[in-house]
Amino acid sequence: MLELTINGATHRLDVEDGTPLLWVIRDTLGLTGTKYGCGIAQCGACTVLVDGQATRACITPAESVAGAQVTTIEAVEQEPVGRRVVAAWVAHQVPQCGYCQSGQVMAATALLRQTPRPGEDDIAAAMTNLCRCGTYNAIADAVRAAASAA
Amino acid sequence: MNGMTRPPAPAPGLPRGLPGVARPANLSRRGVLGFAAGALVLGVALPPRLARAQGTTQATTPGAAPPPGTRVPAFLEIGPDGAVRLLSPFVEGGQGIGTAMAQIVGEELDADPARFTVECAPPGADYLVVNGIRMTGGSFSTRSSYETMRRLGASAREMLLRAAAARLLVGQATLTTEPGQVVHAASGRRIGYGELAGAALALAPAAAVPLRDPKTFRYIGKPVARLDAREKSTGHARYSIDMAVDGMLQAAVQHAPRLGGEPGAFANEAAVRAMPGVHSIHRLPGAVAVLADRWWRARQAVAALDVAWTAGRGGLEADFSSAVMLAALRAETGAGAPAEREGDVDSALAGAARVVEAEYDAPYLSHAQLEPPSALARFNPDGTLDLWLPNQMPELFQAAAAQVAGLRPEQVRLHSPLLGGFFGRHFLYDFASPFQQAIRLAQAAGQPVKVIWSREEEFGRDAVRPMGFVRFRGGLDARGMPVALHARVVGEGPIGRYFGALQGGSPVDPSMVEGIVEKPYAIPNRRVDCVPHRQPPVIAFWRSVGHSMNDFFYESFLDELAVAGGQDPFTLRLALLRDRPRQRALLEAVGELSGGWKRGPFEAEGTRRARGVAMATPFNTEVATIAEVSIAAGEVVVHDVWVAIDPGSIVNPAIIERQVQSAVALGLSASLLEEVVFEEGAPRARNFDNYPILPRDRMPRVHVRIVESGAPMGGIGEPGLPGVPPAVANAVAALTGRRVRSLPFAKTRLGAA
Ligand code: FES
Ligand code: FES
Repeated sequence: MLELTINGATHRLDVEDGTPLLWVIRDTLGLTGTKYGCGIAQCGACTVLVDGQATRACITPAESVAGAQVTTIEAVEQEPVGRRVVAAWVAHQVPQCGYCQSGQVMAATALLRQTPRPGEDDIAAAMTNLCRCGTYNAIADAVRAAASAA
Repeated sequence: MNGMTRPPAPAPGLPRGLPGVARPANLSRRGVLGFAAGALVLGVALPPRLARAQGTTQATTPGAAPPPGTRVPAFLEIGPDGAVRLLSPFVEGGQGIGTAMAQIVGEELDADPARFTVECAPPGADYLVVNGIRMTGGSFSTRSSYETMRRLGASAREMLLRAAAARLLVGQATLTTEPGQVVHAASGRRIGYGELAGAALALAPAAAVPLRDPKTFRYIGKPVARLDAREKSTGHARYSIDMAVDGMLQAAVQHAPRLGGEPGAFANEAAVRAMPGVHSIHRLPGAVAVLADRWWRARQAVAALDVAWTAGRGGLEADFSSAVMLAALRAETGAGAPAEREGDVDSALAGAARVVEAEYDAPYLSHAQLEPPSALARFNPDGTLDLWLPNQMPELFQAAAAQVAGLRPEQVRLHSPLLGGFFGRHFLYDFASPFQQAIRLAQAAGQPVKVIWSREEEFGRDAVRPMGFVRFRGGLDARGMPVALHARVVGEGPIGRYFGALQGGSPVDPSMVEGIVEKPYAIPNRRVDCVPHRQPPVIAFWRSVGHSMNDFFYESFLDELAVAGGQDPFTLRLALLRDRPRQRALLEAVGELSGGWKRGPFEAEGTRRARGVAMATPFNTEVATIAEVSIAAGEVVVHDVWVAIDPGSIVNPAIIERQVQSAVALGLSASLLEEVVFEEGAPRARNFDNYPILPRDRMPRVHVRIVESGAPMGGIGEPGLPGVPPAVANAVAALTGRRVRSLPFAKTRLGAA
């Protein structure tokens, strides 16, 4: 039995070692806001926070985050930075299909928690998730707006 | 488990052109036949008897099926608090169609679009509002349904007024509305729509209702906020892949390495069966599947399954490759059929002061939408089937699913959740959707089954944008003006593939030649030959279809002619548009938007740069595009893209601006990076590591100007794309002197001139 803390709640889970955190979140726990896009750390759709760090859950073995605080998109608005990021995403009308956006919001939240006033290089380094709908300019605008709203 | 039957003819219906819109005489066949073909396919898939049976259960006049888009209760529910639920004929996949529908209906209903929730309607005759069929594609949704949806909103408003008149015992003419309520000005009484809805929606719609004067529009034409922004920013939006039902098993599949292969013996069946969570192992046509309690367990097990694949019939030959295909297109000598003919190209070329020849090609492309395909099938105790899957044509998939399940279409409840991107991916292509697998597995297991394709399986079975090849000859007069243009377009397009027979065997496939025919330029002698050459892969519609490459070919070659004639490409285009005020104005608009045309090379922000320009006429919309580029480490860097777009008239400028951004990103992604390379009968890349798509750091600034010329409404979702690849290519040529004629750019190492 594996013990994981997700969004503040502790779960005892029957999963094999090596099971990606993504599938524990989506499938075992039914938190489907975190998305599967590639499974090989290419797209970032599966981004969650592990102790505040943006983490691609599709290549993160679940057992490696035992004892850590895992935050998914479902809990992003439980703290002020996440609320600001979501508000900026809505104000800037970022999503198109929306499928990548959970991961984008989590990546932006991690960035602004660590670097409240990011420069363009910080944004470039942190915001590497793919968006097939090409919302990249809106994403950058929303990140800047969320930073300046602090 | 054997004997999965394929659905009827795999046939995405895609109407081309609006009937009734004047088109050049030699192209009217395309509009009429294209549309008729779509209707016919759907007619086959959905006999009227069944279409009627699938309507919702509201009473209708017996024997008289109301025309699509007129039965108000099939579309609208108004809650006690005045919240409006709209069942939309269209599938939302990022293009913003749900919000646009709320604006159009809300305008006439007199209800704030912000009070709407929009869901995709189930299959049903009421929703066949795209000239009698239903599909989400071809940049067709808003323009095809605009009038219908306005009338629907106006009908609903009139019903609310009538119900209020009865309630207040006043003449209907003494009543008016404000957003969400009926107002009796004389007495100051107001009744919210929510209070009236029960009585109002039971009334028969009036035969004729007045529409608002467009000058008074409050929502149409305004940058109304998208209705789905918040749910998509908080993880609450639900896609097919997120669906779950009680007692559901999850399936992962392994497809035959090559299309056409069939599963033979399993070397390690017992070991796989003993893996954690495994429920059962199944052979499917061209694939094997493992059912398990969790998808990851199913995936681990199916990946571990050691399958002896045997050669089946059909599919792709072991020696098929992209390289072989391109060589075959190049070597094709057939005369083909003229898709456009004006003047006498051969004599004009013979008499030209100078002749320029060039060959262009573009590769197969994947859709690479970020949501991998899935399908969830549940058989109910009454024998009906619920099916959730990403799709762009609900009625067609319903009919196909019914055939696979051995049911009648009305026994299949088809759900069309939000699409995590589509770009043409979710029409009904052979082998390209997991819904047959889900149905067969649910039947075999006696439990609901959700199939998810891994990204690797998706890249292996996605239907591809066709490969393109064109050979051009252009003639210049002594002053350097183009006097002749001959194009041989070789290959195959999705319209010809899926509708060839229905088009009466027309030798011209419009999806092969669009973007090369109907160009607005005054070149007196023109011939475009459509030369068919079959392409073995399953081919697809892909955002902007033939335009996705043909405008690159044509507009690049036009720049070659300009350079050969010693002309500036922008000035030459202006001259060639002398008789086309709409396009000329748009070209001037994009020039102005970019701060005045300059080709370069020039210095900017410490780099050496140049600009390129291109025009396109996709989906009844006019587009002019300018791109500014530099070269870094042998690769193209695109700094800015300016787009002037004239769709005639508009519904939501903010959504249009974002759709143009999106189309620019996809056009750039494809032209810079993307290529499906087939080797040994299969696509080589199976994930984004080997099929890179545009990352954020390669996204240019995008500047959009919307021009409303008042021409008939054109499309929005796709038209921003076609101008981007040629504008970039023309800028690269201006900067380096190097003409890239084969996509993607990544194949070519570039140095500064
Ligand atoms: S699903 Fe994890 S990075 Fe793509
Ligand atoms: S919004 Fe569609 S993939 Fe980003």
